[in-house]
Amino acid sequence: MRVSDLSRPSPERLLRQVQAEENKRWGARLKIFLGYAPGVGKSFRMLDEARRRHERGEDIVVAAIQSQQPEDLQALMQKLEVVPPLQTPDAQVIDVDAVVRRSPQVCVIDPLATKNPPGSRNSHRWQDVQELLRNGISILTSVNLLHVEEYREKVQAITGKDTAETIPKSFLLAADDIVIVDVPTDLCLWRLGEKLTSIGISNIQERQLSELRELALLLTAEVVDAQLETYVHAHGIEPVFGTQERFLVCITPDSNALAMIESGKRNKERFQGELHVVYVRHGDRSDDDTAAIETYLKAAREAGATVEVLEADDPIAAIAEFASEKRITQIFIGHSSQEHWRDLFFGDPVLRLVRAAEGIDVRVFPR
Amino acid sequence: MPAPEGPQRGNLKVYLGYAAGVGKTFQMLADGHAAVERGVDVAVAYFEPHARHDTIAQVQGLDHVPHRKLDYRGRTFEEMNTDAVLARGPRVALVDELAHTNIPGSTRAKRWEDVQTLLDAGIEVWTTMNVQHIESLNDHVWQVTGIRVRETVPDWVIRQAAEIVAVDVTPEALLNRLKRGAIYKPEMVEKALTGFFKGSNLGALREMTLRQAAHEVDLRQSVYDEASDLQVPTISKSSSAETSGEQLKERILIHITADASSAMLLRRGRRVADFLHSTPVALFVHKTPEFADLPAAEREAIEKHLRFARNLRIETAILGGQDVSRTVVDFARRNQVSQIFVARSPSGLRERLLGGRYAEDIVRMADDLQVIVVANRSRRHNS
Repeated sequence: MRVSDLSRPSPERLLRQVQAEENKRWGARLKIFLGYAPGVGKSFRMLDEARRRHERGEDIVVAAIQSQQPEDLQALMQKLEVVPPLQTPDAQVIDVDAVVRRSPQVCVIDPLATKNPPGSRNSHRWQDVQELLRNGISILTSVNLLHVEEYREKVQAITGKDTAETIPKSFLLAADDIVIVDVPTDLCLWRLGEKLTSIGISNIQERQLSELRELALLLTAEVVDAQLETYVHAHGIEPVFGTQERFLVCITPDSNALAMIESGKRNKERFQGELHVVYVRHGDRSDDDTAAIETYLKAAREAGATVEVLEADDPIAAIAEFASEKRITQIFIGHSSQEHWRDLFFGDPVLRLVRAAEGIDVRVFPR
Repeated sequence: MPAPEGPQRGNLKVYLGYAAGVGKTFQMLADGHAAVERGVDVAVAYFEPHARHDTIAQVQGLDHVPHRKLDYRGRTFEEMNTDAVLARGPRVALVDELAHTNIPGSTRAKRWEDVQTLLDAGIEVWTTMNVQHIESLNDHVWQVTGIRVRETVPDWVIRQAAEIVAVDVTPEALLNRLKRGAIYKPEMVEKALTGFFKGSNLGALREMTLRQAAHEVDLRQSVYDEASDLQVPTISKSSSAETSGEQLKERILIHITADASSAMLLRRGRRVADFLHSTPVALFVHKTPEFADLPAAEREAIEKHLRFARNLRIETAILGGQDVSRTVVDFARRNQVSQIFVARSPSGLRERLLGGRYAEDIVRMADDLQVIVVANRSRRHNS
């Protein structure tokens, strides 16, 4: 079995590490306040944290604020120093040079997802933020789920509105800290009043807000899971099991593989988990078997699974090791065929897997 | 359901966090103030007297129903005075620490039971709890953190909440609060840092909280579907479209024995059933349905497991049968069960006599059904 492949960090993790280390060199941290809609209170949470940190002696400036400030935000702002943004006819642009010259410990930027007007040094505000981070300035900023590029379609399907101002999800995944600002949907609706119509979303309903809310919670969980993975690897800790559901479907030529993959896909969606499909090649296989496996692996990819073909003399040991490495919580396997000669020597493979895969649920499927 | 008599049941709102100090109580009190400003009659029904000072400041200005003081083993304890809250009859009662176990001698054993009384009287209750106190997550939490949480709240209590709010803070900020002495007294801080507040623990519990909150939000979306025929666009996930199809209706059977692993099995089965919107049934099989011939300890264990199942709102069944595994599989086939949950066969001889080697037999016999051999989520050392 290709053990070396398994312990190699994923490209995403490497990228995250590189980005994080680059900022760390300068001691700068990026902290994002995520909300599922306008009106959940992101700006308040963020400015309140800025106020508290300012009172504890941190050097904090505000480089961009929302144009319309409710009273509670205005009160917070009075206690904070502002580096005035550059005024252009139709937008506020962060004065990156002025902030770098002022060189504070922390800079507040509200909101993050803004396009700079043509002719600006950076086309997007998140690029300004990267520049400040590279200059050793920590950032507090706010993001609305509506503006995360990868969620654009989903959000559009829910709200019927598109947005031109987006930031890539990788930007969120690379953040040092992310906090979700969660409030009940009815409170959000109540607070919003006419705010939604002013940003172009009309007749948004509680149900739709609820779906956005679920997406935001799961996105945050994903970021936290990625951070946990990085932490666990950095500290050489054994993987923490059972936080996210991770399903592993083991297919053989004569298993009811399509049904198992379908069930795996449903479970993945239900639990918002991960789906892996493996096939362990061992000994000689007939052409028929090869064709069947090809069909199954194709179905697995279409189901959004991560597909892996392993080579091993002892498939059960290989599966158990793979499962442990990938922090699998549930293994799907077909019921054994009766009276296979191998089983007389080694015992029923399903029961062997149950014994080998300690700490993992084993779901045995009808043939 | 019988026609409701008396007041309409109050709504329950739960502020869910992942550790002491994340700001659940603070958030609840802040929302309480906001409600008062809107003219809502809010009263603090229970408030942890040893709270952090910024939280204590936050309680100022809210009406407070005095706690009940109880003497127990020479010390004075404070509990919520449920009768006084009922007499005061606020629109909204704020009750800190839902998972709390009352001092012996209280009317009800658990605070969540007191909360049921308030809800029955038509009082809306806002309350706080941490994710690790959810009953069905008990084994998960133990596996991840190595800590066996004793005070738990049954899942159905949380399920009846009209609203769950995730209270989030980064572990970094939480650790700063801890080190500043804002959560525990200084002498407690070192212990907390190497125990519950370890970096990996906090991350895992935080992720659990976010996923649980997302799950609770998801469960409550079906309310909107039932409440209106409006054509609301929904995102393409399995929830609405697929589960409505009858062919996907799953029925879960949980096979319980005298072995201690049955509690874990029940929690796991309950959790999966919730996610699949399915009704689970717990089955115990013995040679005779009376199980009078069992040793007292075993009988007690089984009764405890059956009680626990009912507590988790799982239907229970007891059957007589010489061949236990055969009886389980036959019952499953007769009752259109699609998934059987069994515990791994224990390895010790004594345990094997108690729990039997049913997993193997059931897997072999039920080759037309899905059989889930549930892991014994024992602790993996991760320091």
